[in-house]
Formats: sequence, structure tokens, C-alpha cells
Amino acid sequence: MPELTLATLVAQVFTGLVLGMILVLLAIGLSLIFGLMTVVNFAHGSLYMLGAYLGFFLIGYTKSFWLALVVAPLLVGAFGFGIERFLVRRLYGRSIDDPLLLTFGLSLVMIEAARLIWGKIGLTLDPPRELAGAVDLGFTYFPLYRLFVIGVTVVVLLALYLFLEKTNVGLIIRAGSRDPLMVRALGFDLGRVWLLVFGIGAALAGLAGILAGPMRGVYAEMGVTIVIESFVVVVVGGMGSLVGAIVAGIVMGEVVSLTTLFAPKFAEIMVFIVMALVLLVRPSGLFGEAGLME
Amino acid sequence: MHRRTFLATTASGVAVAAFPAVLRAQGADTIKIGFPGPLTGPFGALAKDQQQGAIVAMEEINAKGGVLGKKLEILFRDDQLKPAVGAQRTKELIENEQCEFVVGGLAAHVQMAINEQTKKAKKLFISVSQSDEISAKPDLGPLTFHEALNPTITGRAVGSWVAENLGRKWWIIYADYAWGKQNHAVFGEVLKKHGGTLLGSTPYPLGSAEFSAHLPKIVAAKPEVLITVTPGADNIAFLKQAISFGLKKEMKIAQPLHWLPQLKEGGPDLYADIYASTNFFWELEDTIPEAKNYVGLYRKKFNTPAGDYGAYAYSAIHEVARGVTLAKTVNSDAVAAALIANPVYNHYKGKQWWRACDHKAFQDLWIVKGRERSKMKGEWDLVEIVKRIPGNQELDRTCAEKGFA
Repeated sequence: MPELTLATLVAQVFTGLVLGMILVLLAIGLSLIFGLMTVVNFAHGSLYMLGAYLGFFLIGYTKSFWLALVVAPLLVGAFGFGIERFLVRRLYGRSIDDPLLLTFGLSLVMIEAARLIWGKIGLTLDPPRELAGAVDLGFTYFPLYRLFVIGVTVVVLLALYLFLEKTNVGLIIRAGSRDPLMVRALGFDLGRVWLLVFGIGAALAGLAGILAGPMRGVYAEMGVTIVIESFVVVVVGGMGSLVGAIVAGIVMGEVVSLTTLFAPKFAEIMVFIVMALVLLVRPSGLFGEAGLME
Repeated sequence: MHRRTFLATTASGVAVAAFPAVLRAQGADTIKIGFPGPLTGPFGALAKDQQQGAIVAMEEINAKGGVLGKKLEILFRDDQLKPAVGAQRTKELIENEQCEFVVGGLAAHVQMAINEQTKKAKKLFISVSQSDEISAKPDLGPLTFHEALNPTITGRAVGSWVAENLGRKWWIIYADYAWGKQNHAVFGEVLKKHGGTLLGSTPYPLGSAEFSAHLPKIVAAKPEVLITVTPGADNIAFLKQAISFGLKKEMKIAQPLHWLPQLKEGGPDLYADIYASTNFFWELEDTIPEAKNYVGLYRKKFNTPAGDYGAYAYSAIHEVARGVTLAKTVNSDAVAAALIANPVYNHYKGKQWWRACDHKAFQDLWIVKGRERSKMKGEWDLVEIVKRIPGNQELDRTCAEKGFA
């Protein structure tokens, strides 16, 4: 083991930050959907995969990564509208297991469909020319594209914050997640809000997918592991809490990264150990409210 | 009708009714070969090449009238890169589909599970991917054969070449499963023999897509050579991330093997100047007549040049056919005995031979280097041959080291 320098440690923390950002984008969508509708969306990993594939083909068609970066998440969002409107909506008011089973089944269908349509073998995606290469941060070389991923995530989170805090629709969404009955009594159509929120969550997953593509490749099973990790993030952050999803996402990214530095064999399991420890101390997660699951 | 004839006829009728499977197997006009492989998942591209190589061999043999007057039929099954699934598929291929032989398995750990089943069912199995254990005690069965190279052979070949030509300060990153660990051990031994220093090694879970967290430590250690034991799709994901972190500028990169589907997918920007070994590269068609035949048939059927792992499958199917022809029966024991009694063969790249003690196929291999884009003459012109290493039993462990007296 070579000696540990401050530069290596800082580089490691930066690497963890990128891992965390992808998790945050996924976890935010999951948490948003759960907070408002108490739907545990297991198809989220497949939406992530869909975003990456659509991104791949849009880049091929339009020759523009930037256009694909905008359009692919919008298409995944539209697909999310479809899932909510035609599938999930029929199950509101039932036990929490029903939509979970539905979306789990849907994720299997989507993975198998992706294999049929796009083949069993993965595709590789290159970052756009402007973002290829590494920059010298003083302490280490860091891929420009990964810095870009951090930047995009921050911008998206800010936009989401402004949308939820400063707009009327955001106000209704927040109120709806606190007390849906009251919001209905005030005469608001929550059905539309649910549709919108499911679409936003799906679009965020799609964005995470196209962002991850150039780093990790595009393949049908790409969402399988990461959806589990994202659920861990949501649970650690507190089901339904957006701040929790952000904090826990970054924490988990760092947990993976730093465990890899010291004991690479434990990097995968460490995520679950941290989750167990957090739940022992705070059963509803870091920022969760008790009673949401009942 | 005599009473005796009546009884005999009735008895055989009952037997036929009771054992339709036996009847089907004996009456069949094809010889079935089961072929489990990871058609989905990170080894999908390699499995496809193997499937295609096997199909080329089957059609070539059948076009010449088949074997013992019967056509060959290959049944492909997806083992999902999981030992339990591989075992189950193999069992089904033998018991339900009446396959006489099994060829396949594209991972060190899955081929062990397949081998367990063929040993139990007493069927000939030719493994077509790398493993050290498959041709050693206790895994080798009397009907187990190993057509592919193994980590000891390629590790010693690549390791020695790297130590003599690129540097003796190494870091090794390896997939944490049978094949990765075997490679890690062999490269470590070779380095020690050459008096080099292993600065560190990194195990990671097979099938990972994210490697960035491993990289800062490797950069900081400043090795002269990074040995990457990252099979299948992991190879592209790893190299891509390693290069984006600037590793290629700081150190040389070498790996046990190059695989054509990965080379094509990753392209020269990823693979230029990366060293490895291979059992086959299609440009050998220019110098070896058997290679010309195989590459020609493959190109005609699939419109692409033949890959490396597919060539193992092509050769193994031919070996099954050669064994059956020699033995004049599909009985696995007789076929195995015939192959060992006539050990020398040559299907796609020159002379190969089975060693009697461990049923290991010895064969030539090549050290190759990823070509730069500017030097490529066509899109598949992806590596250049650096050195031919003639087939040599001394590159592998000895019979005694493998547990055979």
C-alpha cells in the first residue's frame, strides 16, 4: 500500500462526489414519487436505462450530445406520464405492495424489451468532444466530463428547488405530500399533480441515465444494481425527503469511494452496513418523518 | 404367432412406451451437442462469437455429410454467467434434449458447474474458455477436455514479455472471481521471478461499470505497468475511465488477453498501445491456410472477421466430430479415448495437441498490441502481432503440479 497523500484523498473525495451525484438524481425522483403518492417505483432503474439508450440513439441521429441531453429526459418523462396514467393510477388507494409489484414487473418487461430491441450486448457512448479529456486540478488530473456531471446535477437540483418552493404548482405538490385530503377539499385536481410528479421523477432518472452512459456504457441491465443503491439512499435519507435524498446520495457516494480506497473488497457491502447503522439510530432515516409507511 | 415372439414384441412395445426418450435418442438422425454460454450480460459479445464459431464448424461438417452419416445439431442455452443456471441448463441439455456431448462455458466459475454435471452424466465436455482448475485435480474428470488457453499460460507469456520489455514495477487490477484471482496469482509469480516489484493490487467485483474510485490510488503509486484483468464488458468500461483519468499517459497498460469484440467496440482510441496475448487474430489468414479457411467461412456466414474465443468453439466442435469419427460411436468414453490416442489436430491455426495427463490442449499464442488509428488499414485491423509464442507444455504447470503422478 503506497503512502496516502492529501492529494490522493482529495481526488478520492471528488470521485465519490460524482458517484453520489448520479445516485442523487435517481433518489430524488424516487423520493418525490414516494413522498406524494406512496408509490415505491421499482421501474426507476429501467427508466434510467431507457434514458441512456434514447440518449445513444438521439446522439446518433442529431449528432448533438447537447440536444440529446435535453430531449432524452423529456421523452423518458413522457414515458413516465404513460406509466402513471395507464398503470399506476389504477392502483391508488390499494396497499403499498401493489404498485411496487406492478413497477417491479414493469422493470423486468422493460429490460427484456431492451434486450430484444437493442440487443443483449451493451453499447458504448463517448462524451462530447468539448468535454473529452482531463483537467489539471492541481492535486490530480480529473476527467472534464465528470466535473460536468457534478455541474449539471447542481443546476438541476437548483431548478427543482425553485420550482417546488417558488411556483404555485410547487406549492400544491408540497401541500399534496403533506395532506392530500385537505388539498382535494380545497378543490385541486391531484390527479394532474401526480401525473406531473411521476413524469418529473422519470425524467430525472432518464437524465441520470444519459449522464452515466459516457462513463459506464449503455446496456439493458444497467439499472438493476443502481436502483437498489438508490433505494438505499432514499431509505437512509428518509422516505419522501428531498434534502435527505441529496445528503444521503452524496454520503453514499463518498462511502463507496473511500471504502474502495482502503478496502476495495468491502466497497459494495459497506453501503448496506451504513444503512443498517443509520436505521438503528434513526429508524425513519436521516431526514424522514415517522409514520409515512403506515 | 409364436408365444415367444408375441412376448418379445409386447415387451419391446412396453419398453418403447415406457422409455420414449431412449427411443428418440437412438432413432435420432442427428448428433446433438449442448452449448451453454452467457449470451446475456457482460460476456454477451464473446458468447456470440463462440456461438457463431460453433455454427460455422457445424455447417462445415454437415455440408460434408456430417459424422457417421448423421448431421450435427448444436443446442445453445443462456447460462446468464451464473454457475447455478449453467448447471441447470447443462442438466436439461443432457437429460431432456439427449445431448451426447457438451461444449461451452465462457467463465472460469461457470464451466466448473457445467463440468460437475457432465461428470455426473458421464458425457464428454470440451471447455472453451480459460481456467486453471478445469485441467487439474480435483476438477478434471475422465471426460473433461480443455481447448482454451489458461491463466497460467497467458499470464506467463504476457508477464515475461512485459517484465522484459515494458518495466518491472507493476500494479494489478483484477476481477474478484476464479479467473481474475488465477491471473493475479500467476502475474505475481512471474514478476517475482523477474525480480520486479508489485506496488499493489486491486480486486473489484466482476461486472462492474464504475471504476473511478480505484483510480487515484493507482495514479499515486506511479507503476511503470498497469496489468488489467478486466474481462468482457468490464474491459471497455475500465479502460475508458482509466484513460479519462490520464493513466495511459502515466504508465504502460498490459492485460492477459485481447478480445476482438471488445477491441472493435472500444476502438483504437481505447486500445492503441495496450499489450496482451491472444489465441487467434483473423490476420493470421494471410500466413496460415487453416486460418484462411476458418476466417473465410466465418466471414461468408456472418460478414465480419472471426474473433478469438469463437475460434475455440470452432475447434472444439471439430474435435467432437473428429473423436466420433475415430471412435465410430457417440459413446463419450470411446470418443475421449480416441482423442487421447490421436492427440494431434489442426483446425484453425496450426498444430495443437492434447496432453494425456490433464486433457489440456497445447497451441501457439501471440503477443499483440493495439494499433493506432493512423496505422489501421480497415475497421477490423485492430491489433498488430508483436511476437508468436509456439505451443509449449512448459508454459503450463506440469502434470505433477496439477496433481497427476
